[in-house]
Amino acid sequence: MHMEPRYTYGGDEFLFAELAEEMSLEANFRVSAITQHLKNKELSGVVDICPANASYMVRFNPDVLSAEKLLAEMQNSDRTTSQSSRVHLSARVVDVPILFEDPWTREALMKARDRHQAPDSTDIEYAADINGYATKEDFIQALVGAPYLVSMTGFVPGLPWCFQITPRNRQIEVPKYVRPRTYTPERAFGFGGAFACIYPVQGAGGYQLFGIAPGPIFDREQRLPDFKESMVFPQPGDIFNYRAITMEEYEALRAQVEQGNFQYRMTSVEFHPDEVISDPEGFSRRALGGLYGD
Amino acid sequence: MIRVIKPGLQTTVQDEGRFGHYAIGMPPAGAMDNESYAVANLLVGNRRGAAALEVTYMGPELEFQTDTTLAICGADIPPRINGDLIPTWEAVNVQAGDVLTFDVLKQGVRTYIAVAGGIDVPVVMGSRSTYTLCGVGGYHGRTLQPGDVLHQAAEQARTPKLGVAIPAEWRPQFPSVLDVHVVVGLYSYRLLEDSLNEFLNTEWTVTPEANRIGYRYKGVRLNFVPRNQPFGAGSNPSNVVDCGYPIGSIQIPDGVEPIILLNDAVTGGGYATVATVISADLHRVAQTRTNQKARFVAVTVEEALHRRRQKQQRLAEIESFLEA
Repeated sequence: MHMEPRYTYGGDEFLFAELAEEMSLEANFRVSAITQHLKNKELSGVVDICPANASYMVRFNPDVLSAEKLLAEMQNSDRTTSQSSRVHLSARVVDVPILFEDPWTREALMKARDRHQAPDSTDIEYAADINGYATKEDFIQALVGAPYLVSMTGFVPGLPWCFQITPRNRQIEVPKYVRPRTYTPERAFGFGGAFACIYPVQGAGGYQLFGIAPGPIFDREQRLPDFKESMVFPQPGDIFNYRAITMEEYEALRAQVEQGNFQYRMTSVEFHPDEVISDPEGFSRRALGGLYGD
Repeated sequence: MIRVIKPGLQTTVQDEGRFGHYAIGMPPAGAMDNESYAVANLLVGNRRGAAALEVTYMGPELEFQTDTTLAICGADIPPRINGDLIPTWEAVNVQAGDVLTFDVLKQGVRTYIAVAGGIDVPVVMGSRSTYTLCGVGGYHGRTLQPGDVLHQAAEQARTPKLGVAIPAEWRPQFPSVLDVHVVVGLYSYRLLEDSLNEFLNTEWTVTPEANRIGYRYKGVRLNFVPRNQPFGAGSNPSNVVDCGYPIGSIQIPDGVEPIILLNDAVTGGGYATVATVISADLHRVAQTRTNQKARFVAVTVEEALHRRRQKQQRLAEIESFLEA
């Protein structure tokens, strides 16, 4: 059954639409379909269309486009795309290497134990424990065991919120820090709520820290080939497959970044949202088969 | 050319802001008091959107290496050229070798130095504004440092009219308690009704955490409606599934201290936002400082649009006044 989104104002320049209170692949695919439809209308007076996890918002210039007119267009895009079987999506599938339990995030998290729920363990030990995994290794296996949908970007430029494409009963959930850290290394791999993320730049942060990515998320100078079009790499709708790597591979990839020839391994996949929702494992196999060629 | 002798506390290059990139997480940056900034540009005859210097609390010391015209508008920080007081809210000619300094701040927080033609730094994603957190735009992505040399652009549309001061009624007021007009909405239903009333009836105090990213206030503790948190939202009752944050939106993490998100803020996250400061009031917030008081006054969207038009009319009147 089609659920009408909840529409609300964010002052005089924003309209906000919430599709669901809880996170799900369904809600995020609905967000993608609606915001894509809305974008294609190229409405004069629309400044930004910002898809989020289970909601989206539009920044508009009320001198050019009235809130009433924009709301009618948002409702129209919702109705037009409400039959998900008719929605066809295309996504980049990206190999994202992660060095788990690296020395840099370890140093950052050890300095912030007074802000953490479990001061006597590391973030990954704590997260493994509360999610019912016997060992850290089993937990890491679960983290990399299925790919993730980039369900939103933002916070700071490029930060991807990543929601694992796996049945609800297997999804990992962790609380955020009791009080945010003041320091998080650039490219740290974190987890908070039901979302994994990579911090694009050094800064504050409240997600549990599990590792670090060798590949950048943000490239201000747009030096690397993957950043020619934009300073940021992730795009909402991307499918990220996190892959555990060794320190040796990490260092080799960092050297490529330094030399300016690092490129993400990627392919693309076309799908109907229903396929992913009804058979997440089958879909993941198909998407990753294209990526790793097996 | 302008040489920076002393940079002041936090001086950055700003224009109207960087628009159209909010979805990737790029906040607009731009002049915090966009009205004073716009008036300073008008005074020196610049086109709308030319870049100016935003000065915070403590003014810089600048040496002009060419003859030019400047105008200083915003917070009350008395400026001097070669030791002599010069007027603010008025275009002033300076000569090569002149040194601009500032006295101690009297009222407000931020003042704007516009120079004829505007400040010339590379345009990044449609704007010259500095977003220091990620080093984007402005002068090498950062606040000014001693020894920096600024060049002037050619964004001048008119000859400045010297000796004409902006009348007092068009300059900012610095009330002891600022009424901040807000549209209640977004996740306001997450607050208990009593807490929403308290949010609107409390006299809040600006904390030391008040900067280009946001303003944090202290006052009373507010409470959220208890519930079993939705999947993915996080465990605190002030958490929601991570969503976009409108510019000017107000969140109250754990119900403790309301935060208004401003020009350099994060674009999204997992805290319930309960109201949004109307676009016509954001520049007033930017002129308040630590320990000052504020009240959040609920208005309708119609009232917000009315105040938006009033602000636009004010600028249009100033422009005609200067052209007359």
